[in-house]
Amino acid sequence: MSHQSTYRPTGPFTEWLDKRLPVPRLMHDSLVDFPTPRNLNYWYTFGGILTFCLISQIVTGIILAMHYTPHVDYAFESVERIMRDVNFGWLLRYAHAVGASMFFFAVYVHIFRGLYYGSYKAPREVLWMLGVVILLLMMATAFMGYVLPWGQMSFWGATVITNFFTAIPLVGNAITEWLWGGFAVGNATLNRFFSLHYLLPFVIFGVVILHIWALHVPGNNNPTGIDVRGKQDTVPFHPYYTVKDGFALSLFCILFAWYVFFAPNALGHPDNYIPADPLVTPPHIVPEWYFLPFYAILRSIPDKLLGVIAMFGSIAILFVLPWLDRSPVRSLRYRPMTQIFFVGFVVACGVLMYCGGKPAEGVYVLWARLATAYYFAYFLLILPIVGLIETPRKLPDSIAKPVLPAPALAGGTPIGATAAPHTDG
Amino acid sequence: MSQTQADTTVTRRDFIYLGAGAFAAVGGAAALVPLIHQMNPAADVRALATIDVDISAIAVGQQIKVMWQGKPVFVRHRTPEDIAAAEAVDLSALRDPVPDSERRANAEENGMDRPDWLIVVGVCTHLGCIPIEGRGDYGGWFCPCHGSHYDTAARIRLGPAPTNLPKPPYVFLSDSEVQIG
Ligand code: HEM
Ligand code: FES
Repeated sequence: MSHQSTYRPTGPFTEWLDKRLPVPRLMHDSLVDFPTPRNLNYWYTFGGILTFCLISQIVTGIILAMHYTPHVDYAFESVERIMRDVNFGWLLRYAHAVGASMFFFAVYVHIFRGLYYGSYKAPREVLWMLGVVILLLMMATAFMGYVLPWGQMSFWGATVITNFFTAIPLVGNAITEWLWGGFAVGNATLNRFFSLHYLLPFVIFGVVILHIWALHVPGNNNPTGIDVRGKQDTVPFHPYYTVKDGFALSLFCILFAWYVFFAPNALGHPDNYIPADPLVTPPHIVPEWYFLPFYAILRSIPDKLLGVIAMFGSIAILFVLPWLDRSPVRSLRYRPMTQIFFVGFVVACGVLMYCGGKPAEGVYVLWARLATAYYFAYFLLILPIVGLIETPRKLPDSIAKPVLPAPALAGGTPIGATAAPHTDG
Repeated sequence: MSQTQADTTVTRRDFIYLGAGAFAAVGGAAALVPLIHQMNPAADVRALATIDVDISAIAVGQQIKVMWQGKPVFVRHRTPEDIAAAEAVDLSALRDPVPDSERRANAEENGMDRPDWLIVVGVCTHLGCIPIEGRGDYGGWFCPCHGSHYDTAARIRLGPAPTNLPKPPYVFLSDSEVQIG
């Protein structure tokens, strides 16, 4: 880690262990005495929330796997058995199904936070790109998980999404049959999706560790986007942010529990309670809500290959974002023009989500096309150009001494946090 | 071999390094073949490659769906109007231009000239949904997923699908029986 370790072994055993496998030191330096900017707001609590979501999905998932049967003749029945016969099975399945939605809700907030405060800029490019890798892995995991209950939406969602690969010239069909293990989505497909659905969350876990490692080298960004200049700008992670994250997590869990207990199927599609029928396509296929914006991008382009390219491109573009945004100022707080375009970007994503859930006809197609155009223009035109022409607002001298009224100083000042004399650099 | 020579020329050791590295690389690549190929359709899946369909009960104007290789196949007994409509189309108006004479059962491919029979794989060439019979603007099929319209020769006319519904290999065994596959 990039800061001086303050870990002191508490007894003979921890001292012995510290010389052999310094796990307590690693934990202390990353989670207890990690110097964290003192001005992090609630948008910054979603990292902790996401960690909770991942663990919750893994725990409920492993339990579901004890009762689930990955076979086309039994999958649907086995999920119904989980719902009706397995003790607390309904709770575990709803926690897992709703949990996936909560996970995506949290990750989208987390990403918009990063976009707003410029967290993707140097020196955090690798951190940001690892985040995009996690997003892709989450999408693959959730997609394959949704196939497992083998309802109508499972089957037809799997069919439509695997068919994306047929758009690849020449080898597309061979790749798709390889993915299916047959000539259509079938038992082989269900089996391998289960295997991969079990595997990928652990891959995500590994990438999350790299993500946190990449976070702890440069340290957190913060709402001002300016660098930490010394001790007066930071507070130790524990107790300041363990408590803040814990409080936010409690609120998040209330929302989560509300869905699980009062509206467990609100975020899903009722057609998925109809067993899969390879001969009948439901009249209106929609993916889960968290895929709708991407689905809308796919459908807004009338050419098959270009549609698929645009859809994957909408995520791939995030990988190069650190090099597209030309502004030296990180936080949009101090970028008046970009701030307005950012609001437009959030609206465009909302429009895409709305249109993705509607039939691809009439006015929805037009809106989806406009929003798709804006989505790409934001990254390819607005950020590169505006960064060069806009005049940023005046940046505060330091995190501890902002020119703007700062909530960090308005509240109680943490003892010791301002003790060091303020020096630049 | 002297010390100075070893500094400037290729030594036995360099050769062994490269050889060992190349050997490991080739071996690793060879090991990938079974690891990847296992995911392709297995022998039992491939074995279900042909089916015989009794078409005697399909009245003119009717269509049945049969499963072949896990996919639906449309067997449509076309009306004279269907055939006339399909033949009347100007090929230059088509995205995937194929005349109706090659789309329907013909002696060359299928052993019998039967303009009234159209047999196609019922999987939308866009993203794989099953088009619905008798809907859409061209009297053939309409795919509900993203709005592709097919005509009475199952040719793509409107919407995102790039090509016509494919024709599976099939032969007429008799007037009332077709073997698909
Ligand atoms: C990144 C974490 C994960 C995500 C986002 C995720 C997502 C999903 C989703 C969306 C479903 C469909 C829920 C439904 O509508 O029924 C599902 C089902 C399932 N998942 Fe996961 N999952 C994750 C981790 C895991 C893990 C680690 C396992 C362990 C084996 C697992 C096992 C299962 C099983 C057995 C099902 C089928 C039962 C059911 O449909 O409820 N999941 N998952
Ligand atoms: S799958 Fe038929 S139009 Fe998209």
